[in-house]
Amino acid sequence: MYLDFEKPIQDLEGKLAEMKQIADDSDVDVSQEVKSLEEKIKTLKKDIYSNLTRWQKVQLSRHPDRPYTLDYIENICDQFIELHGDRVVKDDKAIVGGFAEIDGNSFMIIGHQKGKNTKMRQVRNFGMANPDGYRKALRLMRVAEKFNKPIITFIDTPGAYCGLEAEERGQGEAIARNIKEMFMLKVPVICIIIGEGASGGALGIAIGDKVLMLENTWYSVISPESCSSILWRTWEHKERAAEALKLTAEDMLKFKLIDGIVKEPLGGAHADRESMYKKLKKVILDTTAALQKVDPEQRISDRIDKFSAMGVVEDLAPAAEITE
Amino acid sequence: MTTSWYKRTQKGISTPTEEKREVPDGLWYQCPECKKVIQTSVHMENAYVCPECNYHARVGSKEYFSLLFDENTFEELDANLTSGDPLEFNDSVPYPNRVKASQAKTGLKDAVRSAAGKMNNVDVVIACMDFTFIGGSMGSVVGEKIARAIDAARARKVPFIMISKSGGARMMEAGYSLMQMAKTSAKLALLDKEGLPYISLMTDPTTGGVTASYAMLGDFNIAEPGALIGFAGPRVVKETIGKDLPPGFQSAEFLLEHGFLDFIVDRREMKDQLSSLLELLK
Repeated sequence: MYLDFEKPIQDLEGKLAEMKQIADDSDVDVSQEVKSLEEKIKTLKKDIYSNLTRWQKVQLSRHPDRPYTLDYIENICDQFIELHGDRVVKDDKAIVGGFAEIDGNSFMIIGHQKGKNTKMRQVRNFGMANPDGYRKALRLMRVAEKFNKPIITFIDTPGAYCGLEAEERGQGEAIARNIKEMFMLKVPVICIIIGEGASGGALGIAIGDKVLMLENTWYSVISPESCSSILWRTWEHKERAAEALKLTAEDMLKFKLIDGIVKEPLGGAHADRESMYKKLKKVILDTTAALQKVDPEQRISDRIDKFSAMGVVEDLAPAAEITE
Repeated sequence: MTTSWYKRTQKGISTPTEEKREVPDGLWYQCPECKKVIQTSVHMENAYVCPECNYHARVGSKEYFSLLFDENTFEELDANLTSGDPLEFNDSVPYPNRVKASQAKTGLKDAVRSAAGKMNNVDVVIACMDFTFIGGSMGSVVGEKIARAIDAARARKVPFIMISKSGGARMMEAGYSLMQMAKTSAKLALLDKEGLPYISLMTDPTTGGVTASYAMLGDFNIAEPGALIGFAGPRVVKETIGKDLPPGFQSAEFLLEHGFLDFIVDRREMKDQLSSLLELLK
């Protein structure tokens, strides 16, 4: 599948396929032409993907071929035992979690999960978790803490679910509790935005010692579409909204609201899955090793200090005054 | 005959008295719920609650401080924090202009005020949101002032009371707004550690990122009668499920019934109830 801005690539790749077909069907030697076309495509890709607008990055973050949480787990981990349920109401399929093994180390991995086809997208509720999902996540984090295993979370959600039952069962309370409790976890916590990081639904599993974003992802308080509909009463201005929100990995790092960016292969994580998995595996192992050198109490206080410093305010006159 | 000019020959040209809204400021108050008209001074003395139907009118930090602090005496904290514009957010109006306009209109610096003082002789720190300032939205200033208010409660070793009234996070501060949810929750975790009480009072309306952070994190979550409280606003929920919402959905009473509130408090009894609760914890 090609996105709108990938059209020139699509055209050239179409031409290339055609040319190869001709070569197969006849004795004409087109190897020179094929080679030059391949070069051209490579240059074009470099040019397009290194000049993406914010909205184009949002599009890439939602690319249907992009790896989801279970893809990373399957391809990075040597073993994964999924654990289900919040022990209160149900098992929310929009958030998955369980113990995993990577190169002989145990981890608790938790993440939003989107579906790959129409049926699974419904089962996964498009990656929009209910309170039960956040409570399952917290339950699993507690288990990880008990056994002193580091926690990795993968964030990929268009937002927490806004349904009737979500409200009845306390969506706000569930997210709030996770945020607060995650600050006090004694084990290392690494949070990685692998696709969409929409608002409270993302933050509910995104309080960590290191919060990283993949290169072509977004993380903000609202989606560009919803922002556009609030500001201009239509979803049409999503490009402008994306620009205004400054929601890319680069923006968020510049604002010191995240700790780092994980580069993606040219064309996005889905363009070369193997190298993406390899890279993320190394990031996870290296980051965990570094965090494990820090004393748990220190880690907690660093985590709190980091988030406490976020925000920009101006103090016009520092002195407090007595009123009335 | 000129007198016929004064006669109403046609029906329906006059507005029924109970629907007339323009009463002179400072004299009369009309309850938007039951349409009863009472003297403003009576309404004020009744804690801005309608004596007829018990409707709790939306009021701001000025009113809550005067209702809760003994003799309306308090030390305001961080009174001069105002917003920056790190995103240079510009929709139809540049964000700093929006803030300035709201400051001029309300006389407030941002959507929360915090203060330390005594409530029935119990030392407390109270932070209270103002809905009139950009819909009580939470940006960096709101987050920072609440964080500092919690720090003040910790430094003074006194309980913290948060009065929420907000549409949620402030879109114009995007990522920064989102992280205020994290910042305030982090500070509340520290308050927990020191064994200091936190009372979260939710008033009409409390939604979005505020609900999904400090508002729901009280040792005691309480609300005023009839207050709208939710994560998603009712319009969004309605659009999501494609059905009409049941009556009373997301009201304080609904939340109490579903187990998310400890109790609902009448504003006229609020001060005594809160201080009695805090006395029990001493």
